[in-house]
Amino acid sequence: MLWYTGKRLLQVIPVLLGATFLIYFMVFAMPGDPIAALYGDRPPAPGVIDQIREQYHLNDPFIVQYFYYLIGIFQGDFGVTYSGQSVNDVLARTFPVTIRLALLAVFIEMVFGIFVGLISGLRKGGIFDATGLGVSLVLISLPIFVVGFVAQYFLAIQLGWFSPTVGAGAPLEDLILPAIVLASISFAQIVRLTRSSVIETAGLDFVRTAYSKGLTRRRIVPVHILRNSLIPVVTYLGTDFGTLLVGATVTEGIFNVPGVGRTLFQAILRGEGPTIVSFVTVMVLLYLVVNLLVDLLYAVLDPRIRYA
Amino acid sequence: MKIKRFGVAAIALAAAGALALTGCSTGEAEPSTPAGDPEAIITTNGSEPQNPLIPTNTTETGGGKIVTSLFAGLVSYDAEGAIEFDMAESIESEDSQSWTVTLKEGKTFTDGSPVTANSFVDAWNYGALYSNAQSASYFFDNIEGFSYTEDSELTGLNVVDDLTFTVDLVAPEADWPLRLGYTAYFPLPEVAFEDIEAFGENPVGNGPYMFAGEDAWTHEEKIDLVTNPDYDGVRTPVNGGLTIVFYTSQDTAYADLQAGNLDVLDAVPDSALATFEDEFGDRAVNQAAAIFQGFNMPYYLEHWSGEEGELRRAALSMSINRDEITDVIFQGTRTPASDFTSPVIDGWSDSLAGAEVLEFNPEEAQKLWAEADAIAPYGDTVFDLAYNADGGHQAWVDAVVNSIANTLGIEAVGKPYPTFAAALDDRSNAKLTGGTRAGWQADYPSLYNFLAPLYRTGAGSNYEGYSSEEFETLLDEGAAAPAVDEATAKYQEAQEVLLKDLPAIPLWYSNVTGASAETVDNVVFGWDSVPLYTEITKG
Amino acid sequence: MPDSIDTTTSKPRPEHFVAPLEETPLEAIDTIKAEGKPSNLWIDAWADLRRRPMFWISAALILVIVFIALFPGLFTSEPPNSNCQLANSNGAPTEGHPLGFTRQGCDVWSRIVHGASTSLSVGIIVTMLVFTLGVLFGAFAGFYGGWVDGLLSRIGDIFFAIPYILAAVVIMSVLADYRNVWVISLAIGLFAWPVTARVLRSEILRVKNSDFVTAATAIGVPRFKIMWAHVVPNSIAPVIVITTIALAGAIVAEATLSFLGVGLPSTFMSWGNDIAQAQTTLRTAPQVLLYPSIALSLTVFSFIMMGEVIRDALDPKARAQR
Repeated sequence: MLWYTGKRLLQVIPVLLGATFLIYFMVFAMPGDPIAALYGDRPPAPGVIDQIREQYHLNDPFIVQYFYYLIGIFQGDFGVTYSGQSVNDVLARTFPVTIRLALLAVFIEMVFGIFVGLISGLRKGGIFDATGLGVSLVLISLPIFVVGFVAQYFLAIQLGWFSPTVGAGAPLEDLILPAIVLASISFAQIVRLTRSSVIETAGLDFVRTAYSKGLTRRRIVPVHILRNSLIPVVTYLGTDFGTLLVGATVTEGIFNVPGVGRTLFQAILRGEGPTIVSFVTVMVLLYLVVNLLVDLLYAVLDPRIRYA
Repeated sequence: MKIKRFGVAAIALAAAGALALTGCSTGEAEPSTPAGDPEAIITTNGSEPQNPLIPTNTTETGGGKIVTSLFAGLVSYDAEGAIEFDMAESIESEDSQSWTVTLKEGKTFTDGSPVTANSFVDAWNYGALYSNAQSASYFFDNIEGFSYTEDSELTGLNVVDDLTFTVDLVAPEADWPLRLGYTAYFPLPEVAFEDIEAFGENPVGNGPYMFAGEDAWTHEEKIDLVTNPDYDGVRTPVNGGLTIVFYTSQDTAYADLQAGNLDVLDAVPDSALATFEDEFGDRAVNQAAAIFQGFNMPYYLEHWSGEEGELRRAALSMSINRDEITDVIFQGTRTPASDFTSPVIDGWSDSLAGAEVLEFNPEEAQKLWAEADAIAPYGDTVFDLAYNADGGHQAWVDAVVNSIANTLGIEAVGKPYPTFAAALDDRSNAKLTGGTRAGWQADYPSLYNFLAPLYRTGAGSNYEGYSSEEFETLLDEGAAAPAVDEATAKYQEAQEVLLKDLPAIPLWYSNVTGASAETVDNVVFGWDSVPLYTEITKG
Repeated sequence: MPDSIDTTTSKPRPEHFVAPLEETPLEAIDTIKAEGKPSNLWIDAWADLRRRPMFWISAALILVIVFIALFPGLFTSEPPNSNCQLANSNGAPTEGHPLGFTRQGCDVWSRIVHGASTSLSVGIIVTMLVFTLGVLFGAFAGFYGGWVDGLLSRIGDIFFAIPYILAAVVIMSVLADYRNVWVISLAIGLFAWPVTARVLRSEILRVKNSDFVTAATAIGVPRFKIMWAHVVPNSIAPVIVITTIALAGAIVAEATLSFLGVGLPSTFMSWGNDIAQAQTTLRTAPQVLLYPSIALSLTVFSFIMMGEVIRDALDPKARAQR
């Protein structure tokens, strides 16, 4: 296990290099001069743009820019944004907010998703199952910006149950509504996955054996069925956590969450190479750690899986 | 994610009844009895400044709003855009070329240091220096000694004594003081030059507001300003401070206003244009602003130059039903254009000769289009209109191309660019395949400012390559005119040339749309679409 | 792999109290019943599917949608993008315009009919891309393990780490002149497959320790064949569920990209585009948002149901349980 963990941690390096290279290349390939665009329709004095491009090494060939950037990263310096802020500060400010939001969302979708999925699976074809399918279908088929605006308008502005936007410092209670909106997207996936996995597990021999041993349902469902059904669900939750770290762009925009998704999207629109790559670097690190934890969890959930 | 992008510009010359400058003293009376709580903090919307808060490097609206609150220049603008002396006691000149500026006594920065002639001269020199690469450096290009290509001192600036300095311009400019309320001309304290980067994060100003503390600026979230007790100029606040919350979407800001988290909003999102006036009643604001919107047809495209191009431009212009679009798409928050400037500017006109080309007239449009086809047939060419998709332009672009398609019977489509950078790239490299949206927001209440930067040969924002000697002659005559009326007449004549050539096809003027919560009173919007924060009362 | 049980042999037989005169010859026991119908997973699944009403309902819905997408002209005489009159903006239904008008005054019904092909194509292309890449990467990674797993999983991580919105902005800007269904599908799909790969991989990790794999290995079936013929089919069920949802997700993602301003140009009729545009008038004219959403939901519904029944049919264990 220890050896496996160490090996996985070593693999982080090539992934980091690959992802940052790919992303840097993609940003580089984007048309337009990001510096000129900073000034809107009115260009500054000739020479200003050139000097600023020089300052960000934008006049150098792609590979040189990339190396400048790598050297900075290995010294722990992620560079500066086009607005003159240290990217380190931006990272330190935004990631805690987004991690909090993502954890909250994953928690909500996990609790509700597994619960609904479990009951649906155990009572396959029943009313609960049908309702669960209906609700998750509606949620799947609505784009998140529609869910977000509708939730914000009715739950926050009309009913006043939640704060419509996230205030300064992003306190947890302000994050509940955006977290629910985020969770609504993956809720359906969790329900379907749990349901099909439960149905499959419930039909296996060891469950029948357990019943015939005279064990109660109360014990069989959580210990035998649920535990053995969770592998695909846990995998999904792991990847979903990663997705939420980057994919909350729309939700963070709607609720004005000062997190990674919003900041990253702005950086993308502005073509801010260094900022984007820094975010991706940290995201890759987080994502790999989460996945490693998920893989290690397999071994806990399913004793047949052994890592060597 | 609506991003407001307008250029910022200001080469101010005549217009605006401000030529008799020395007579202008501290302006009109303050609202006499401020009813509100002098401690109350006003919350309003804004956007994260693009740069550290250095006046000469702040040329966008997000940072401009803050810098204008933190600093006070020689003059300030009132709601109508007229200037009032703020730090200046007098600004005088015999020949409109050599100016003598005298400061009021006893003004200080919030760190206690005095506001002296050096505060201005050093700040302007910093802003103009080539290697400092400040976005507003071109504002100083009419001062002796300015260089666009190398480091050089502004030799035209000379300190006489602590409260007096002189300015030598490269050419006479009768209403040069009109510029001086703009952010680029604000003073800086000595401490700024020790570490300008750090200063930009924690600026020390001389304006109506100041930072609430060391960490008043939470990046991407908000900025907290409190009243500066030492400021006693024309903009003395009647409230206790200003919290500007940063939003990346107008929808979010509007939601916060509805929920009571925001006192004043200065931009209503598309989704609420139909409802905000009902919802907020007399707390809703919908008034003209100094923003012109239109679209340009490049001269380098086939079919769009020479006589054929002239006919086609006129046909296009007359095929657009501006009244219907401003009514249906914008719910009356835009005003159909009748010239190339804006109704808030003195000298704006709705009766220029040739303005009928801006009326919806399908028969005439089809006739002109057919005449152009007789010169060279347009054929199946698809007409496209480029815009940046991150700016919320899709709805009106689609409406405009539909209007064109329906009237002229050609295929017309919108052409979205994913980012502003990509759209700008094709514009500045002359690679457009059709029209392009073009917007302009003035920093100065001046006709000249709406014309010269956009339509002069080789001007910075004349991307589509318009060139007319007749127009430029009239423009120069206007700039040199000794009286406002004469200048205005020349600028209007110049616009009549534009109406014939249509280098830009005017669409409409943007209104400023805003609303305020019941917690605040006396919300008045300035000519530049920003509320006059200092006059708002609360509680 | 458990063979299906021949039900005829398990019927209770009359009991013999007297031993038969002739014992069954050994050869008869050993011979394989060759005259019986060939039995394999997919044939069994088909036999199973045919009996399910849900299969026929979703299949019918999908056929209808595909038919609309292929021949929009049969369902509306209105050409999709012409004659949009602002005077009709958000207008109520009138003669010949059963669902009313959009904000731009275009006919809602005709836009929905013409939008079917775009939305459906995006969904299908993305799904095929995601499924192909996901299964290839997931199968090899999970089954072979070791350095193959390390390499493939890390490649997956690289692609996963790139936010798809960035990918979309970049791909749509670089290929601005070729913005069409294929390009947007590539933008969505190219960075979505690692999820599928990971789910398949984890399922394979579980399945490859099963007895039937050991058995197949024992009788000398080649590894590669074990993977494709035994392990992958038995691990594919959760992938199919994920994939059908991914199809729905792709159609929705197209809408989200439109909302963010990096989707297809508005000249492309697509439900996503319509939903994104109708969002601005959500408060004043919700019906304009409703109709394309219903079209999208119905499509999503039929594909998910289809995935569900196929999953059940493919999974012998679930089948046996019914």
